[in-house]
Amino acid sequence: MTDNINTVREPLIRIAKRGDIKRGKAVMLYTFSVLFAIVIGGIFISFIGVNPFRFYTEVFLGCFKSRIYFFGLIRTIMPLLITSIGISFAFKMKFWNIGAEGQFIIGAVCATAVGLFLADSLSHWLLITLMFVAGAVGGGVYGLITAVFKVQFGTNETLLTLMFNYIALYIVQYLTKVDGFRVEGSRPGIKVFSANAWLDQIGGIDITIIFCIVIVFAAFVYFRFTKHGYEVMIVGESQNTARYAGMNVKKIVLRTMFLSAAIIGVAGMFQASGSATGHQLTVGITGGVGWTAIIVAWLAKLNPFGILAVSVLMGILKKGSEVANSSLGVSTAVSDILQSIILFSVLAFDFFINYRVIIKPNKFTKNIKIALNKLGKNFKRCRPISADGTEIAVNNAYTDIEAKSYSVLLEDNLTVNNDNPSETQEEEK
Amino acid sequence: MNTIINFLFSAIKFGTPLMLGTTGEIVTEKSGSLNLGIEGMMAMGAIIGYIVAARANDLFLGILCAFLFAAFGALIFAFLTVTLQANQNVTGLALTIFGVGLYKFIGQSLMVSGKYPAMKTALSNMIAEKPLPLLGDIPYVGKLLFSHSIFVYLAVLICVMFWIYLKYTKTGLKVRSLGENPAAADASGVNVNFMKYIHIIMGGGICGIGGLYLALVVNAGGWNDYWINGFGWISIALVIFASWSPMKAIFGSIIFGMFKALQIRSGDLAHEFPKVLGWLQSIPADFYQMLPFVVTALVLIISSMRKKKEGAQPAWCGVNYYREDR
Repeated sequence: MTDNINTVREPLIRIAKRGDIKRGKAVMLYTFSVLFAIVIGGIFISFIGVNPFRFYTEVFLGCFKSRIYFFGLIRTIMPLLITSIGISFAFKMKFWNIGAEGQFIIGAVCATAVGLFLADSLSHWLLITLMFVAGAVGGGVYGLITAVFKVQFGTNETLLTLMFNYIALYIVQYLTKVDGFRVEGSRPGIKVFSANAWLDQIGGIDITIIFCIVIVFAAFVYFRFTKHGYEVMIVGESQNTARYAGMNVKKIVLRTMFLSAAIIGVAGMFQASGSATGHQLTVGITGGVGWTAIIVAWLAKLNPFGILAVSVLMGILKKGSEVANSSLGVSTAVSDILQSIILFSVLAFDFFINYRVIIKPNKFTKNIKIALNKLGKNFKRCRPISADGTEIAVNNAYTDIEAKSYSVLLEDNLTVNNDNPSETQEEEK
Repeated sequence: MNTIINFLFSAIKFGTPLMLGTTGEIVTEKSGSLNLGIEGMMAMGAIIGYIVAARANDLFLGILCAFLFAAFGALIFAFLTVTLQANQNVTGLALTIFGVGLYKFIGQSLMVSGKYPAMKTALSNMIAEKPLPLLGDIPYVGKLLFSHSIFVYLAVLICVMFWIYLKYTKTGLKVRSLGENPAAADASGVNVNFMKYIHIIMGGGICGIGGLYLALVVNAGGWNDYWINGFGWISIALVIFASWSPMKAIFGSIIFGMFKALQIRSGDLAHEFPKVLGWLQSIPADFYQMLPFVVTALVLIISSMRKKKEGAQPAWCGVNYYREDR
């Protein structure tokens, strides 16, 4: 009876905030969460009658099968990486810029305008530089518009940037029919750049790769060592604190958003002028990069080097699913599903990083303990569990010295378990 | 006159999925959660609902499955944000990517394997736009209001039901208190987490029915990659336009349906009134496609410019409630 009263007073499962978590443990939890997602994805794959092991081998190793696939992989990763870095600028100050698709497109459109109309009158490097600037300014201004409304009137930036995505999409769709941009002939499409406006290549890969390396380090330095980066962090943590410290919050938001969108615009310029789309602006130029980049930025906790690692992983998933599409006939949309399952999983495991789950010892946990004990014993002795053997096994558990020590071990585990919530959670299930 | 009636008729037709999506999101937001996954849940409801409806040749079963599958998507959202305290913005986006990915995946796989079900006559008869007996015979009004697909009446019914539920019932009051101040609701004995779960799931399910409508009526069951194509996002913005009232959502949806309707009816309108509306024809089709999004952006900006106490976003919308945070 006293037991009962206690359970009423103290809930069975308590959740408490965690102060700090060891780095190793966090990494372990995240690794586990990604593995968990891959298992869930595998179950999903097996539902449609494809062997998940073969599928994953195709996805993860397919990109390294041949030179063409590998270059394709690099080409997939590069825009994703730059866009994710761009997004992380805005996300750092909790400005939910999900308009990457639009900023990417507008950056590409502005660069294309320069590339098409000034191609013959400028030298190669001047032209590329000018396209770069056009992409940055175009994308940046497009993002800045949303930021202006946000700081001025408090407009919901998530939805506003999103609407701007669609507006940009239809702008580029319109351009396929406009003289000057339009390719000659009846089919709508945008002209291919003249060779003067093509990006240079290093060993078959666009020079975008140099920009990728530079931007990762630049972002790291910007956030770690500059006054601007520090301001962005404070604004993200608490706007009131920033205001109290005498920072001009509006200015910081506008500046950072411009930078964020400018980087994304540059990604668009590289994509249009590079070899991925055949040196041409297309309607589907983004290839969903703007969406995937949100996942990448979030999974990487907005850390530039983390973004590098995660965008490689996501690039492999995306390109690998194309390989799997050609060899196993699995739809390419599977990469979207896998990516979002990974994100779901990491979001879920974030909980165990921020909170502790404490289970109050009671009859139920004791029963679980006994059951686990029995299971452990059966495993140890390789004894099959029989219907009438269960009772004996449990009893034995308390007479057998070996099993007893095992149960003590378990008990230890359970009491210590308080800082290992993932295990406790599983036992509770 | 007929052209105008046709135009408004199309406006109602295209406004219906928005009506459902908006009502679903209002229910969710009133209970204090900002679910950005409407697009994804619509897609999930659309594809599963369509396949079940076409296979079983049964509309009711299709609606039920669309509801349940979209509700499953909402359940993921609820579990992550309510129980596991995850960021609502990111979780919603993940849900959108997941839902749309799943929709494309299922559709494309079925198309490739040739198992994509075609709509049979019995089903298309059930959802056909035919005049109601008696009411449908009224000149003009009958055509405009009473010769729609059965879905349209269902959508209006759902809107009105939830309007009454949120505004006039005791449970509705509890729901609203969740959005405004969950701590107070908690103190007064409302089971916060349970109520949040129920309303997120219900809201998601309603969005799923909207998705099914897009599949069955707007796209007539023909497969393409863009059944939903932004309807979910417009719905989220419409919530602001409707100032969190399902009743206003009906009218807001029809207004936005007009922008969609202009895409197909602008030529007719220009022909009928060459002097007043002749310019409609000179605008490229792409701009008509862009129009709903431009207007939505304008609505977002304008509604943020004039801040009113009445009809504002619930105070705790988008913020997770954790009991021990005070």
